Amino acid sequence: MKADSNLERILTSGKFAVTAEIGPPRSASADLVRKKAEEMKGSADAFNLTDNQTAMSRMSSIACAVVLMQQGLEPVVQMTCRDRNRIAMQSDVLGASALGVLDILCLSGDHQSFGNMKEAKNVYDVDSIQELMILRKMRDEGKLWNGDELDVAPKLFLGAAANPFADPFEFRVTRLGKKAAAGADFVQTQSIYDMERFEKWMGLVRARGLHERVHILAGVMPLKSHKVALYMKNKVSGMIVPDAIVERMRNAKDPKEEGVLICVEQIDHLKSIEGVHGVHIMAVNWEEIVPRIVSEAGLTPRNRY
Amino acid sequence: MIIGEQKPLKEICDILEGHHRILVAGCRSCVAICLAGGEKEVGILSESLRLHSDLAGKGWEIDEVTVERQCENEWVREIAPKIEGKDAVLSIACGVGAQTIQAMYPKVRSLPGLNTSNMGAPIEPGIFMERCGGCGDCVLHLTGGICPIVRCAKSLLNGPCGGSQNGKCEIGKETPCAWEEIYQSLKELGRLDLLEANIPPKDWTPSRSGGPRKIVRPEAVMSETERQLRGER
Repeated sequence: MKADSNLERILTSGKFAVTAEIGPPRSASADLVRKKAEEMKGSADAFNLTDNQTAMSRMSSIACAVVLMQQGLEPVVQMTCRDRNRIAMQSDVLGASALGVLDILCLSGDHQSFGNMKEAKNVYDVDSIQELMILRKMRDEGKLWNGDELDVAPKLFLGAAANPFADPFEFRVTRLGKKAAAGADFVQTQSIYDMERFEKWMGLVRARGLHERVHILAGVMPLKSHKVALYMKNKVSGMIVPDAIVERMRNAKDPKEEGVLICVEQIDHLKSIEGVHGVHIMAVNWEEIVPRIVSEAGLTPRNRY
Repeated sequence: MIIGEQKPLKEICDILEGHHRILVAGCRSCVAICLAGGEKEVGILSESLRLHSDLAGKGWEIDEVTVERQCENEWVREIAPKIEGKDAVLSIACGVGAQTIQAMYPKVRSLPGLNTSNMGAPIEPGIFMERCGGCGDCVLHLTGGICPIVRCAKSLLNGPCGGSQNGKCEIGKETPCAWEEIYQSLKELGRLDLLEANIPPKDWTPSRSGGPRKIVRPEAVMSETERQLRGER
């Protein structure tokens, strides 16, 4: 075991894992995080805390992770390259590890032009693959990137993102291979709506044997309305939402119920795909729905392993 | 070449506030090619300033000059007679030119009339794109002749992020994804193998992060004797 986290134990034992995303609040109150934690407790094996998602300042993912641990949930700390150089990054990893964080997800991060402070200067000293290389060295060699010895090395289970729906399509599998080579133990994919393309990507992943080198958690996002579906289809770069899904949401009598139904169907299907080792549920601003989705997908109870 | 664009007239007028005898100084090199600070632009800007001065009762005396290369002492030295009696030079060369003037004429204020943007190229008539980030450690041999440092909005070195779609960058449909271009270029060159290897964290010391950069060509540096013979100190 690299970190002996709950997520690592579940994935290495070959069980189907469930992770879910929690968006930190734009607030200095830990109560809001505790409330979300209580709502979602027991619905997943570990919970991602996004890192200033869409480039808007929110409570730090590491601070939220500590609150989650106090409530008995396992956090996956997301850490982007947008806001920190390698000095701050390694410092944050040591700090997070000292506080008990075991799972860290390495990301490039959304460009600041999406956010509410577009005039900010981004960092990008390193990219997400280089971040993986740095964190793996800290864990495996007990050294900072420059070679300085760490008194105590962090125990980490390293994650990364994968987007089968971005372009160039053929490179997306190569990029997964690069992330695996850089040290990714697991990846969580972008939200899947185009199942055909996802299966095609998984076929290429299996052809390269990557499903045996890195645990793949398939990303799903329940839709609240057809407007959300249209927004994702037209406005979010790197997403594909087929018209059939948009229409199904538009024609639904109760769109939220339909959204849950679609999500459960997707999870059922994903469970059957060879090489998919779990699902990652991103219910943005709708976290309270996660326990129901997990239950209806037949994935409860989520016992600590 | 260096790409720049003139500051808005209103901002230029604000910057000139409190000065009276003004020399508008252009450059025949890069900024002339990007239609921002050449002889023609010096003429147009000077006329605009004279008009503004008349309308607003500023009493500005506007003179004009355009040098071959405002970044080199040899050319800037020649405009000494024009500088005589002026209290400000409005440089519409790049920031290098404006600083060369200030260094050579420390008693006159050198004021910027142009925003220096980037190192780029004209890609179509009237359209200029950034091409080089001057990072001091070129990687074009690994990236199909396309610079990821400036052409990728995140300066990624290991391929496109998850926001690349239909050849465009996530920051906007007007911006091509550099990594899509790199991928296509390497495919054309039969060198997609270059994309398989992970590029480790970059050494940014030769870049701006290392502070102002200085390059010394020892064979071109003048010896003490040469300086004396040339009468320089």
